[in-house]
Amino acid sequence: MEDMNPMKDIQTEERAVSSHAPRITARGVNVHYGETHALKDVNVDILSNTVTAFIGPSGCGKSTFLRCINRMNDTVASARVTGEILLDGEDIYDRRVDPVRLRAKVGMVFQKPNPFPKSIYDNVAYGPKIHGLTRSKAELDAVVESCLRKAALWNEVKDRLDAPGTGLSGGQQQRLCIARAIATSPEVLLMDEPCSALDPIATAQVEELIDELRSQFSVVIVTHSMQQAARVSQRTAFFHLGHLVEFGETGQIFTNPKDSRTESYITGRIG
Amino acid sequence: MTDLTQAPMTPANSILGGSAEMRRRNAAEARFRLYGMVAISISLGVLAIMLWTIFADGVSAFRQAKLTFPITLSSEVLDPKGNANRDEMAKVTTIGYGKLIAAAFEAELTARGISTEGISAKDLAGLISKDAPGVLRAEVLADPSLLDTVQNRSILAAGRVDGYLKGRVTRETAERDNQISPAMLDLTDRLIEAGILSAPFNSRFLTSPDASDQRPEAAGLGVAILGSAYMMLLVALICVPIGVAASIYLEEFAPKNRLTDVIEVNISNLAAVPSIVFGILGLAVFINFAGFPQSSPLVGALVISLMTLPTIIIATRAAIRAVPPSIRGAALGVGASKMQTVFHHVLPLAMPGILTGAILGLASALGETAPLLLIGMVAFVDNYPAAPPEGLLDPATALPVQVYAWASRSDPAFIERSSGAIIVLLAFLVVMNVTAILLRRKFERRW
Repeated sequence: MEDMNPMKDIQTEERAVSSHAPRITARGVNVHYGETHALKDVNVDILSNTVTAFIGPSGCGKSTFLRCINRMNDTVASARVTGEILLDGEDIYDRRVDPVRLRAKVGMVFQKPNPFPKSIYDNVAYGPKIHGLTRSKAELDAVVESCLRKAALWNEVKDRLDAPGTGLSGGQQQRLCIARAIATSPEVLLMDEPCSALDPIATAQVEELIDELRSQFSVVIVTHSMQQAARVSQRTAFFHLGHLVEFGETGQIFTNPKDSRTESYITGRIG
Repeated sequence: MTDLTQAPMTPANSILGGSAEMRRRNAAEARFRLYGMVAISISLGVLAIMLWTIFADGVSAFRQAKLTFPITLSSEVLDPKGNANRDEMAKVTTIGYGKLIAAAFEAELTARGISTEGISAKDLAGLISKDAPGVLRAEVLADPSLLDTVQNRSILAAGRVDGYLKGRVTRETAERDNQISPAMLDLTDRLIEAGILSAPFNSRFLTSPDASDQRPEAAGLGVAILGSAYMMLLVALICVPIGVAASIYLEEFAPKNRLTDVIEVNISNLAAVPSIVFGILGLAVFINFAGFPQSSPLVGALVISLMTLPTIIIATRAAIRAVPPSIRGAALGVGASKMQTVFHHVLPLAMPGILTGAILGLASALGETAPLLLIGMVAFVDNYPAAPPEGLLDPATALPVQVYAWASRSDPAFIERSSGAIIVLLAFLVVMNVTAILLRRKFERRW
């Protein structure tokens, strides 16, 4: 059994597992798209300064759950979300919550790089501008620079901040999108398969970046690549057919899964 | 091992050489291409024929026969009281001015030694447009200091003379014409030789108001162009904001339910309603019920707006729908509100499509005729409408209606005027379409 595990060469056990407080607590989350029951009774705790990976076969509900955390499902007319998701102890589906404020605190990076067709500078500055986070141009410049630095893009674009963001390469575009997402100083960063449209080199850069971002944000990443989950995350959740099958330390999930479905998936028998 | 000495034989599954099946497929493709080329050639040919007819008939409208000779504006005739008072001078009618012009013309011919043998004084005056005295009178009344001066004037020649220069009138037709005779045409030839009669560019065709059936040489498009311009201005002001706002609401904010489905179907239906129906609606609602004045650009613009609105809404919705959803997701993801997403990101990206749709909608509105006939814009309008906003309630005509009105008049001189008006209309349409293309190029951004 151990021999069939493709992850055994990855030193997952060595990874330091923190005992941080939960940032996001989800209890009994159900999502329906019209008649379809897409997500069934999901309970997850997302810890601060931790990378949490959601893995599972296509259509298992991992992206659906991710989109619940910043209420992007609100934009889908047929979606209905029940259950409780607490961000720092506050219910994000409370009537008094403005999703616009929530999304400033929970940033999102999408599967396909989607920079605005504006300049690199404007892409990063857009969030701080609309939320009124800066008082002067100089302050805004500083925010843009620090976000581009955090996204490991500053050295590549510092001389052409006025160039269109859409003119960058795919990997640069995705890092620009990450810079844009962290410009509103979010607490949680959601990433929906951020590397699926990138080549291996760009993927490695983004993964390295994710590991650095962990020091400041809670990162939740949906990925199809189990290797990527093993490489970047500390905790992993395995979704299957709308159920959260198993959730635990990444090392434990990949080396010693408790559920037989998890084991089948990571050894490539289902999915 | 392969036997290389064996004669090369094409195996059944070789990709070299075609099978009957392949030949059939290729033939079908070639036939389809041919049909396409034939269809395009036919439409291009028809377009060429249409343009050729219009230009062959209409280009001459931009030249106009004019007689140039000095006129002494004698105060004895024009200001019998001799006090240069405008009210007193106004008592001299165009008949008085007509006589003055005729006398000056005759004097000039005598002075230049041009024989008028066999031509009566009445026929001689018949070479001059009946429009000329009125023009001269207006000029003198506006500026009495012209009295007792000698003015070198280019005045309109009669329509038949103009027709002779353009080949419309010949000696054969002149035999049967009570307005012109072969002898007068001989004199016309002598006038051309003497340089008195010429056909310069006809700026009055673009600026003058319409003229009556008897004076085709004086008819111009001034009122029609003003009327059309007023209407297009109003249509743009009414349709673009309402149409774009409606599209944004329907596309981005409205819930998708039975009601919005019904609205959507009805917008498409509205675009397909025959235009004459809108004319009846306009007559009933805007003139009979709301009491707006007939023949006014305001009513015309309101009716045409009703027709243009669906076109603009459909084009704008298509442009908004073409903005990739990932841009909306990106904006919402950084915490932009719905409104900010639409106005900061969706609208700028949809702008080229919206502008193109709006301008093409306006271009089709410019050519709209039927509803304007019903609200009385086909009337004979001799006075320019005032400047907006008051002028929007003054009677006016529109370019396509003027084409229709001239085409239905009896004097053959109006055929040229009608085609000339079509050329002006086409020129406006070309300008608008080119503007649409340029704006699209300018605002187009890749994502």
